Amino acid sequence: MVQDWALVGVVLGLLGLATLVGHWLRRQAVFGVDPQVVDTFNARIQAWWFFCLVVAVAFFSPWLTVLLFGLLSFWALREFITLTPSGMGDHRALFWVFFFFTPMQFILVARNNYELYSVMIPVYAFLFIQARVAISGESYRFLERVAKIQCALMVCVYCLSYAPALLYLNFGDDLGKRANARLLFFFITIVLFSELLQFVWGKLQGKHIIAESIDGSRTWEGLLGGAVSTGLLGSTLYWATPFQNWWVSAAMSLLIAVMASAGAMTMAAIKSDRGEVRSGTLIEGHGGVLDRIDAVCFAAPVFFHVTRYFFAT
Amino acid sequence: MITETLLTWIARFISGVSVRWIDSQPDICQRVYFANHTSHLDVILVWSALPTDVRRLTRPIAAKDYWTSGFIRRHVAKVYNAMLIDRKEIKVHQSPIDLMLREIGNTHSLILFPEGGRRMDEGVGEFKSGLYYLSKKRPELELIPVYINNMNRILPRGEILPVPLLSSVTFGPPIWLEAGEPKTDFLVRAREAVLRLKDR
Repeated sequence: MVQDWALVGVVLGLLGLATLVGHWLRRQAVFGVDPQVVDTFNARIQAWWFFCLVVAVAFFSPWLTVLLFGLLSFWALREFITLTPSGMGDHRALFWVFFFFTPMQFILVARNNYELYSVMIPVYAFLFIQARVAISGESYRFLERVAKIQCALMVCVYCLSYAPALLYLNFGDDLGKRANARLLFFFITIVLFSELLQFVWGKLQGKHIIAESIDGSRTWEGLLGGAVSTGLLGSTLYWATPFQNWWVSAAMSLLIAVMASAGAMTMAAIKSDRGEVRSGTLIEGHGGVLDRIDAVCFAAPVFFHVTRYFFAT
Repeated sequence: MITETLLTWIARFISGVSVRWIDSQPDICQRVYFANHTSHLDVILVWSALPTDVRRLTRPIAAKDYWTSGFIRRHVAKVYNAMLIDRKEIKVHQSPIDLMLREIGNTHSLILFPEGGRRMDEGVGEFKSGLYYLSKKRPELELIPVYINNMNRILPRGEILPVPLLSSVTFGPPIWLEAGEPKTDFLVRAREAVLRLKDR
């Protein structure tokens, strides 16, 4: 109980600090930071407040958190498919993706049916989509179209569903269910702050851009500095997690940070390929859920499986 | 009222629509909204994109043969205050244009789809001449181009089940029929006004 409040307090403190910094940056043009970058920064922080509220619900009702993540996932999926072109022949397959596989995945997570939810999309949906598109009888760029739907389902639904799945890991009786809620809170906090720290490091020290054509603002210095400082932050929060030592917690945070930036990088690649074409008019009214969850999508399944392998009973 | 709210919410959920007004504002003055046509939801989308007071004064044009078959369609057409036009029996003495003008009087606005039918792709087809004859008789009516984006993927022609992607409805600046402007020139200009909104 004390740990719950302590963790929530620390996170709120950090978020509040980040919000203040954001406001301060907007007021004055220091460091020659251009206003657009500051606005992006502030938009991210706003999304994080929202995320923290969603995750805080987990302390009271796990299935409600699963439901909220399910809705997020549904929304991200529609943004993803809207961004990528699909033909007439994909229509029926997409219908199944939206109205069967997506809800089913989260129902299985809420029922803690690991045997099914860990294989449903990679095995059954993977095969079903190809067959369904083939039946529709349109062979133009077949593999490309199928791959787009599969990728969308994997990233937006399968990967994201591992975040609420953290709530159902079993850490033994002495830790109890609240440890799971704290673990999810810890995970989301680390993802969000790794993004923030990378951004700050990139702005202050960034020299070597990773891939100019994909995202001009991501640098190796940002990645390295962000990951290391995220690891440090994680080590100071080890008392809230089921990891026994500070260095285990630091290593896990490092892992999350690397995966988070891989996710952001991947989504940037998809957007720089397709973004200019469609996202402009279609996504602008919706706040871009996909932009906010890209890091979580990549970090969640890896974090889940590593935690499950080493720490769950 | 209940049907209207329900249908509007369902249509909005399925289409994830965002509404934009570019160089144009909602107004209760008499107007003709003309849009590209790709799905059955188009009418509901454009209609529900308008503010309530404007909506009350706006009547969509729909095909009589389609919207009078079956109880549900008839009910929906009534809820949306649709003006049903017989597209099979167009005769000189009961031209649909005259009927439209008689029905709207000096207060109502119209929503129409000048392509005459739904498209399979995201393109915009040639416009039929109705829009021209309409504004020839009432040249003071504001013609508002409307571009509906992505609906061809959400509910394509021939499909019953929708896929809930995101779409947008864009209202553009009004155009008018110029004095002495030839029919083909005007129709091309009107079509371009819709197409221009695609890239905005």
